[in-house]
Amino acid sequence: MSTHHTKEPILEIRSLSKHFGGVKAVDDVSLTVNRGDVVGIIGPNGSGKTTLINCITGFLKPTKGTVSFHGKDITGKKPHKIADMGINRTFQIMRPYFSMPAYKNLVIPLSSPRAKRVGGWRGGGKHGDRDTVAVDILEELGFERDSRVPYKMAGTLPTGYLKRLELGRCLALRPELIICDEVFSGLSASEISSLVPLIEKLNGQGITMIMIEHRLAELFRVANRVMALSYGEKVTEGEPDEVINHPKVREAYLGSEEDF
Amino acid sequence: MTTETTQKRRERIDRGIKVRSESLYALNSFEEIAYLLTPRVLLIAAFVLMPLILSPWPYWGRVGLSVCILALLSISFDFLANYVGLVSLGGAFFYGVGGYMAAVLNTELGLPPVLSIPVATLLGAGFCTLALLPCLPLRGIYFAIVTLMYPLLMTRIIEAFDILGGTEGFRGIDGFSGFFTEQYGLILAMFIALFGLRRFVNMDGGLVIRAVKDNDQSVRASGISVTRTKAKAVFLASLTGCFAGAYYIHMYSNVGISSFALDLSIMPIAATIIGGAGTLVGPVLGAAILVPLSEFLRDFGSLRIVVYALVLTGFVVFRSEGLMNYMTRKYQQVERWVKI
Repeated sequence: MSTHHTKEPILEIRSLSKHFGGVKAVDDVSLTVNRGDVVGIIGPNGSGKTTLINCITGFLKPTKGTVSFHGKDITGKKPHKIADMGINRTFQIMRPYFSMPAYKNLVIPLSSPRAKRVGGWRGGGKHGDRDTVAVDILEELGFERDSRVPYKMAGTLPTGYLKRLELGRCLALRPELIICDEVFSGLSASEISSLVPLIEKLNGQGITMIMIEHRLAELFRVANRVMALSYGEKVTEGEPDEVINHPKVREAYLGSEEDF
Repeated sequence: MTTETTQKRRERIDRGIKVRSESLYALNSFEEIAYLLTPRVLLIAAFVLMPLILSPWPYWGRVGLSVCILALLSISFDFLANYVGLVSLGGAFFYGVGGYMAAVLNTELGLPPVLSIPVATLLGAGFCTLALLPCLPLRGIYFAIVTLMYPLLMTRIIEAFDILGGTEGFRGIDGFSGFFTEQYGLILAMFIALFGLRRFVNMDGGLVIRAVKDNDQSVRASGISVTRTKAKAVFLASLTGCFAGAYYIHMYSNVGISSFALDLSIMPIAATIIGGAGTLVGPVLGAAILVPLSEFLRDFGSLRIVVYALVLTGFVVFRSEGLMNYMTRKYQQVERWVKI
C-alpha cells in the first residue's frame, strides 16, 4: 500500500460534471491520482460514483470538466481508446462472455491492440499462445489451474469467480490504472478476505488503482487515500481515518445528528 | 433437460465415442477416426458426386448450383446473425452488388470470369462494407430494417437514373467454358466459405467477433473497437454474398434488378432456420432441402408457396433448433429417463 514514493500524478480530474437533464449526477468533482496509489471512492447509493468512472473511462461524455492521463487530455474519448491507453475497468454488474469458457474470456482482451503492443512475447504475437497466457492470468487470480474451473463456461461460474474474471480482463491488458467498480460487493466475507491480498499484490506490481466500494473496512485495508461523494459532490478527500471521521461523511452515511 | 413428469426427467449424456474422440485421443483407433470423419466425408462426397450424377440432366445441374448459391447466402446470413449478432436482411444487397460488379467488369472492361468473379467479390465486399458502415452501431431489429432498405434502394436508384442498364440490365455476359468447370468452381467456393468460416470463428480473431455478440461493452473495455470488429465481420459476410451474385450472373449470362429481389434476403433465413442456426453447416443443409423442394413443387403452381410455408412453419414449431443441431445432438449424446 505504500509503494508510492514519488508523487507523480497519472490521472487528473478537473471540475468534472455530468448532468442528466436537471439531475447533477456528478457535480464539479476534482481528483488527482498519483502513480502507485490505491484511491477509494465512497459514498451512499446514487452519489455518482459509477457515473464518475463512466466519465473517466469514456462510457459517458462529461457535461463539463476535463480528465487527463499522463498530462494528456482524454475527456470524451471513446471507451476503447481509453482502455487502449492503459486505463482499464471492471463493471459493477459483471459482463463476462457467458457463452465462452472462462479462459477464452481472456483471449479477447489478449487479442486487443494494446495487449499485442504491450504484452510482449507472452501476451500477443503467436497464435495459440493466448490460451496459455489466459490460464496463467486466471491462475494468478485464484482459478485452480488443474481444476475444471478455468475451462467452465463463464455463465456457470459463481459470482466470486466472475468478479475475478473482470479483474482478469484488466490484467490481460497490462493496465497502468485499474478502476474497480465494487469488486467486493455480493461476495462472502471469506471471498473478500482472499481478494484483499490480491489487490495488494497487484498494487505491489506497480498498478495504480481506483476502487469504488461500500465495504469500508476492507477498502481501508488497501486504500491509501479516500474520496467521499454525496449527491454528486465531493465531500472530502484524504487519509482513510480522516475521511471516515469527517462529520459530513458520517452525516451522508448515517444521517445528521438532528435525525436521531 | 425438460421435466415431463414430476418423477422423472430426461438426462442427456455424451456418448463414449464422442468423449473418446475429443482431442488427441481421436487417434486411438479407426473407430474414433471414422466417427469424426463420417459426417464431414458424407457432406463433401455428396457435393463432389452431385455434378457427376446430374451431368445427363443440365437442368437439374443448374438446380444443384442454385443449392450452392443459396447455401453461400445462407452461410453469410448465419455468420452475421449467430456469430456477430447482426440480423441482416441485406442478403440481396450483397448478391446484387456482386452481380452488377461482375457484369460491369465483364462487359465494359472485358475481364474473363476467372478474373471478374474474384475482383467483383473483393470490390463488392468493400462497397457493401462501406455502405453498411453507418448502420453498424445499430442492433437487433433496427439493423435488420436498415439492411432491408439497401436492396430496395439500389433497384430504385438503378431505375430512376437509368444507370447500369436501367430496367434492362446487362446481357451477353460471358458464361463458363463447360458444365464441370461451372459445377466444381462453385462447389469448391462453397466449401472454402463453409470450412474457412467454421475455422475462423474458433480462432482468436473469430472469438473477438463472437464476443461482440455476447457483450459489446466488455469488448470496448478491452480496448477493441466494436465498430471495426463488426466491419470486419460484415466484410467477410459480404465476400460470401458478393461471390454468390458474381458467380450466378456468369451462369445465366445476364443480370437485372431482380438480383436485388427480396427473396434473396428471405430465403437464406428460411434455409438457416431449417438447417439449424449457428452451425454454418446447417444453412447448407437447409439450402439442399429448400431448393429441390421448391423445384418439385412447381407442379402445384401457385399453391407451391402454401406448401413451402407449411414446411417452414412445421420446422419453426416442432424443430426450432433446426436439423443440424438436432442431428448433432443425436450423434453425440444419448438420452435416458432418470428418476429424481
